[in-house]
Amino acid sequence: MRSIWRTLPAGLDRRTARDIALVCVADVLVGASFGAISVSGGLAWWVPVVLSVVVFAGGAQFAAVGVVLAGGSAWAAVVAGLVLNARLLPFGFAVADVLGTRWRTRLVGAHLTTDESVAFAIRHDDPDRRRAAFWVCAVALFGCWNLAVVAGAFAGRLVADTDAFGLDAAFPAVLVALVVPSLSTSRTRLAAAVGAVLAVATTPFLPPGLPVLVALLGLAAAVRRPGRRSQEPSPEPLDLERSR
Amino acid sequence: MPLVAILALAAGTFAFRVAGPVARHRVELPPRVEQLLSDAAVVLLVALAATSALMVGQQFAGLARPAGVLVAGVLAVRRAPFPVIVVAAAATTAVLRLLGVA
Repeated sequence: MRSIWRTLPAGLDRRTARDIALVCVADVLVGASFGAISVSGGLAWWVPVVLSVVVFAGGAQFAAVGVVLAGGSAWAAVVAGLVLNARLLPFGFAVADVLGTRWRTRLVGAHLTTDESVAFAIRHDDPDRRRAAFWVCAVALFGCWNLAVVAGAFAGRLVADTDAFGLDAAFPAVLVALVVPSLSTSRTRLAAAVGAVLAVATTPFLPPGLPVLVALLGLAAAVRRPGRRSQEPSPEPLDLERSR
Repeated sequence: MPLVAILALAAGTFAFRVAGPVARHRVELPPRVEQLLSDAAVVLLVALAATSALMVGQQFAGLARPAGVLVAGVLAVRRAPFPVIVVAAAATTAVLRLLGVA
């Protein structure tokens, strides 16, 4: 690991450093609300803290705790979290070169792979810069995120009425902020819209935790079925939009 | 949430993360699978945002919370910074409640 640290300053430009700092500030806020929301919702203080260290994926942590706080089973929470984290599979392939060949760096780097660290790594083509951006972002976020969650978990025990501060709106707002940049194609938007309608519509009837998984049926709306293509009145220019 | 569930989620997550760095040069993910995985994540996040904005348990959550989330949506589309989006949503909901809107 020492060789990584020694090459850092050379590989990290000012703009990247500033952007990483901004992302850390944002994640501190999100992490603190995660801890506060979990504890004020009735979970033990160590649940958000342990989740943050061993899962270290904000979206999945929120998803899992959201399912549990809505009354869903722990296993529904695990499934929701894993479906969300499946996106880390292609991310791992995208940053594999950054993690090198040594087992220790590979394993540590893999655990620190997040949306943010991948986003910073793939902004650069030069190997040194990719490596520096990834590792600085990854290590900084791991520290900020976990400290913020601990702080939030203890603040959550002090704040009696989190609803008065609108903290219950912070959770969906975090998800919205995370997901809006990904709604870039009409295909994805359609799938998401169908999924959201299905989830909300089935919430009054299905056991907690299940409606969000039902939303995955919305993916069917995004899959083009060859047999039906001719019946669609005005096909979207899907392939053109797929270049991200 | 029991510890065993937390560890299961952690183990599965780590498997997703480590597959790429370990299998690199040996396997390549088909673009269709990659697209499906990223679409699934988006669909799940949007559904989670929608249900947690509109519902409490199996009931409608009232107006204050969805209003805050709507503000977040508008700010996100306008590419506002992350902290601004989250604080604006919480503040909108808090102020509405202060004014007596449920």
